[in-house]
Amino acid sequence: MTDPRLPAAFLRPGTSSFADFLADQAPDLLPGRRALPTGDHSDLVPHGTTIVAATFAGGVVLAGDRRATMGHMIAQRDVEKVFPVDEFTAVGMAGTAGFIFELTRLFQTELEHYEKIEGTTLSVEGKANRLSTLVRGNLAMAMQGLAVVPMMAGYDLREGRGRVFSYDVVGGRSEERGFHAVGSGAIFARGSLKKLFREDYAEADCVMSVVQALYDAADEDSATGGPDVARRIYPIVHVITAEGGRRLDEAEVAAVVDRMLAARMSAPGGPVAELPEVSA
Amino acid sequence: MSMPFYVSPEQLMKDRADFARKGIARGRSVVAVQYADGILFASENPSQALHKVSEIYDRIAFAAVGRYNEFENLRIAGVRLADMRGYSYDRRDVTGRGLANAYAQTLGTIFSSGGEKPYEVELFVGEVGETAADDQLFRLTYDGQVADEHGFAVMGGQVEVVAGALASADVAGAPLDQALAAAVRALGHTEGGDRVIPTADLEVAVLDRTRPRPRKFVRLSPARLDTLLGERGSAQSAPAEGSVEESVEPGRASTAPAVDDPADPTDQVSGGVPPLEDPTTGEPPIAPPP
Repeated sequence: MTDPRLPAAFLRPGTSSFADFLADQAPDLLPGRRALPTGDHSDLVPHGTTIVAATFAGGVVLAGDRRATMGHMIAQRDVEKVFPVDEFTAVGMAGTAGFIFELTRLFQTELEHYEKIEGTTLSVEGKANRLSTLVRGNLAMAMQGLAVVPMMAGYDLREGRGRVFSYDVVGGRSEERGFHAVGSGAIFARGSLKKLFREDYAEADCVMSVVQALYDAADEDSATGGPDVARRIYPIVHVITAEGGRRLDEAEVAAVVDRMLAARMSAPGGPVAELPEVSA
Repeated sequence: MSMPFYVSPEQLMKDRADFARKGIARGRSVVAVQYADGILFASENPSQALHKVSEIYDRIAFAAVGRYNEFENLRIAGVRLADMRGYSYDRRDVTGRGLANAYAQTLGTIFSSGGEKPYEVELFVGEVGETAADDQLFRLTYDGQVADEHGFAVMGGQVEVVAGALASADVAGAPLDQALAAAVRALGHTEGGDRVIPTADLEVAVLDRTRPRPRKFVRLSPARLDTLLGERGSAQSAPAEGSVEESVEPGRASTAPAVDDPADPTDQVSGGVPPLEDPTTGEPPIAPPP
């Protein structure tokens, strides 16, 4: 950077996508553009695990546990895997921790860049599709064990409801009805939410069911961390409504976790689903 | 074979400066005021889509007068530069000074290169800090000069008239409503009298350091402006900008005016304006040999 002048490419009219601009100007800054030796490298780097999302009457909740694992080791116990990307959108990602942070930053910048250049925000589908493209850019890495699987939750102001989008490693996106989970403990979290989810829940009930689902995931999956009461490390819970998104502060999540743990002292399996009446 | 006439470098630069200045003076003014909680930008701009004031980054805003296509180009380049720097380093490493420097180099190079026409723009780059003492307001001219402004600044249109009205109001460090009222009054002030600009024709944005989010830039909606400004008497829209071009019937192309219009640097008639004098001696120019 010896020439302080703006490079010609900066002044060229064209794309309002930051990722496209980077691909043109500084491709080495994009996560998917690095050469990798062949083989499976999944045990060499920390991996983030379970992310859960559920909609409720006035919005959507996105939550994630705090553990990162490297093979059989716990790499970090207070990692953050759920991030706001703009006022009405948040993402949570499972997979290679380093790429989670990089992809999140890229996605955040992408949306902000578009907003500033175009003077308007992208539609919820537009955001979901942009994330698809960014995940697809990481395909070669994913095939070598360094995958990132995001989930996006957003409040759609036009339709007046919370929405959840899930992705696979090739960037294929699908909109989920009601709730979804990704990551190593996702099967257990999804099974738990299947029994707990109600469309008409209020925000507090939805938060409780999501925290329960993360606990159930941690109960069965060694790579998912449960609430660490001694160190006061609790799941990250992000709630998005028509008023915008906010991350619940530690005290709020602690209160939910304490209520859940108190109930689990007598019923370790958690809330019990009601059976339809069985005839005698 | 024809020989080109010799034109002294002084005359060349003066011609280019006059050309740029003419273009900038045609538009309406943009006012920037350092108020108690940050920096306020105000302009009379009836268009809701073509902005003169915009966000560049968390704490940095951009305002411009002159040719829209040229300053829009610079704005997008600024957003790209800021986002790229923030992405490869950190959000805190994007500074208004760095951006102003890049703009200055770009404008300066274009101005002094013979091949391109100089940009007919003037820019403000404002940055809010943690306290009012850390706020910075840069003003960049068409030739790449940078000035560090304090209190308030005006560019474009009738600069002296508007700046005079603001200077008497003592706005620096005032609360938002007072700073806004003074800025809007100054924009409506002309030598011929004062005009109340309707809120729908105002484009106002602030960099507000008290906002809890990292992005401090916020546009003030007409409803918010009405609340802040209070009762001001009957409002009156301004005549269309660039009156010669826009007085043409809608739907018809503009025709070349038959008389020279000093406000229009692109007209082909050169009757009324005397040729430029020699910049060093002040003597009228010598007519080229026949």
